[in-house]
Amino acid sequence: MNTGKGHIELAGIGKSYDDGASFAVQGINLKIPDGSYCCFLGPSGCGKSTILRMIAGHEDPTEGKILIGGENVVGLAPVERRTAMMFQSYALFPHLSVRDNIAFALRVRGLSVKDRNAKADEMIEKVHLGEFANRLPGQLSGGQQQRVALARAAITEPRVLLLDEPLSALDEHLRIQMRAELRRMQKDLGITFIHVTHTQMEAIALSDIVVVMDKGHIRQAGSARDIYSAPRDRYVAEFIGGQNVLSGRISDIDKGTARLGGDTFGQIVVPLPEGHRKSKGEKLDIAIRRDDVDLRPVAAQPDLPPSATSIVGRVQAIEYQGNYVKVQIDAAENDDFVSFMPERKFYEAGLTVGDAVLAVWDIQHTQLLA
Amino acid sequence: MSPGRNLVGWLNVTPLLLVLIPFFVIPICVVLAVSFVETDGFGGLYPVFTLDNYAMLFRSDLTLRLYAATLKFTLLTLLFTSVIGFWVAYFLVFHVRSKLIAMGLFLVCTVPFWTSNIVRMISWIPLLGKEGLINTGLQGVGIINEPLEFLLFSSFSVVVAYVHQLTIFMIVPIFNSMARIDKSVVEAALDAGASRLDIMRMIILPMSRSGIALGAIFVTSIVMGDFFVVKVMSGGGTASVVGAFYEDVGVLQYPTAAASAIVLTLVVMLLVAAILRVVDIRKEITQ
Repeated sequence: MNTGKGHIELAGIGKSYDDGASFAVQGINLKIPDGSYCCFLGPSGCGKSTILRMIAGHEDPTEGKILIGGENVVGLAPVERRTAMMFQSYALFPHLSVRDNIAFALRVRGLSVKDRNAKADEMIEKVHLGEFANRLPGQLSGGQQQRVALARAAITEPRVLLLDEPLSALDEHLRIQMRAELRRMQKDLGITFIHVTHTQMEAIALSDIVVVMDKGHIRQAGSARDIYSAPRDRYVAEFIGGQNVLSGRISDIDKGTARLGGDTFGQIVVPLPEGHRKSKGEKLDIAIRRDDVDLRPVAAQPDLPPSATSIVGRVQAIEYQGNYVKVQIDAAENDDFVSFMPERKFYEAGLTVGDAVLAVWDIQHTQLLA
Repeated sequence: MSPGRNLVGWLNVTPLLLVLIPFFVIPICVVLAVSFVETDGFGGLYPVFTLDNYAMLFRSDLTLRLYAATLKFTLLTLLFTSVIGFWVAYFLVFHVRSKLIAMGLFLVCTVPFWTSNIVRMISWIPLLGKEGLINTGLQGVGIINEPLEFLLFSSFSVVVAYVHQLTIFMIVPIFNSMARIDKSVVEAALDAGASRLDIMRMIILPMSRSGIALGAIFVTSIVMGDFFVVKVMSGGGTASVVGAFYEDVGVLQYPTAAASAIVLTLVVMLLVAAILRVVDIRKEITQ
């Protein structure tokens, strides 16, 4: 086991209220290696911020252990854990200049004015705020405030940096810019970053590890690619997006494949893993990536290779996205069934709303959901 | 700017002007005018311009002593009300978890005001008097043999009455400015390793400055302009600026009383200006 200084292990932690009558999180088990970028992803109220605050030491778990660098930190003050937190609204001290904000942690540690200003100025240069050192936070833009918050958290040389929705207060353009800056900062500092967000693309773009949460539980934890291309269950598939989720009943099983029938689509073929325990008549949820779905004329059905499966539907809506086109088909009753068609291919096919089409995908690209 | 907008602006300030002009500006102007005329000594005024009223005021040693006494009460009252007010507000905002209980306790702070000022002052007598609760208690336990004389009808009892009466004027604005401090700012300080004392000293105190300044303005102007509390609680042993010119009015010396009133108004304005110089309330509130 890696017990590097910023290695974090959450061992069965839970936080309940009113003697267990309600809980914020429950049974959280997770290992985060030292120096990795980890994102907790989930809708508001899923408990992701509670976990962050428990790691930071601003809340105590009611059960379980939090190990940082192999040492249980439950009950320790934030400063003893050597973690630093960047707050959602940045929580800058409004009455202190940028330099004094950044030097605050050094001031309470008793460093002389000269020493702490020298260190703070070094950090100010790192985040490119040189000309703003004497301004008050209220005189800075959102992006500048965020950099002050980051510098203030990083100045104590923590082993773990905790970020609570760090980009939510910024506009779209700045968010993408600051996203890259966060990643660069993490590489520079070489410490563990734990980042809480409700934006899927943010988590996928930044993280080494994405942790998808729902109602106080971890649904899936893994690399961004695992989460995106192999969601474990319907919740993860739908929350991450980019997937078509279909529900059906198994009508026939044949070696490595099964035939699945649904209310709104005909028979499709799905792969079954070795040693599966599926039987005829059982319900099954599957996911197919939207960019794996190709649209062809209905007449092409007999010519499909045996490795492909298809459903028939009508084009419901078309949305131009630039490098691809989002085509929605009425194949799944409650859920969207969408194909992301490459832009050139879409215009070669010349589809319009109301056209009958054949949605085709490779059987092996199907993901079975738990 | 269009004339329409101008008109709306004037309409907006009209109610305030309707109150301020007849009830504040005109009386002040009358007092100002009276302070520059002569009197026959029996309440009659001669419309003759003179500076004698002011000259008399500035030549008298009494004036200086009166201001020294009143300023002493003001500073002592400011000190105690701001310390007590800060602690009470701090406790209510940062230590009482439930908002409901905090509001309840806040209302409790106003309970003394449910009765008249005179009743409140008189009720100090059975507590602080020679045969009052404190003296008999201390004598009973055997800590003192003679009753403590300084407790009632002294400068001590004047300050006690002022603090009792005016602490609420500190609590309310300090409570208000503390309540606007984002809790995550306090957490951020904690995260940086600050102790409770550090947080109070470096974060909460500077962020409550506007509240303390507002409270200080209330307390200063009330104590400077008071004569009643001093008169009752000192047992007539201590004079005050207002007390002195109130006596002038009693013996029909209107012009000298008016001159004293104008000087006092200027002094209070200077004090308020000094407070505003230390804390830019307007900037702090809009921040």
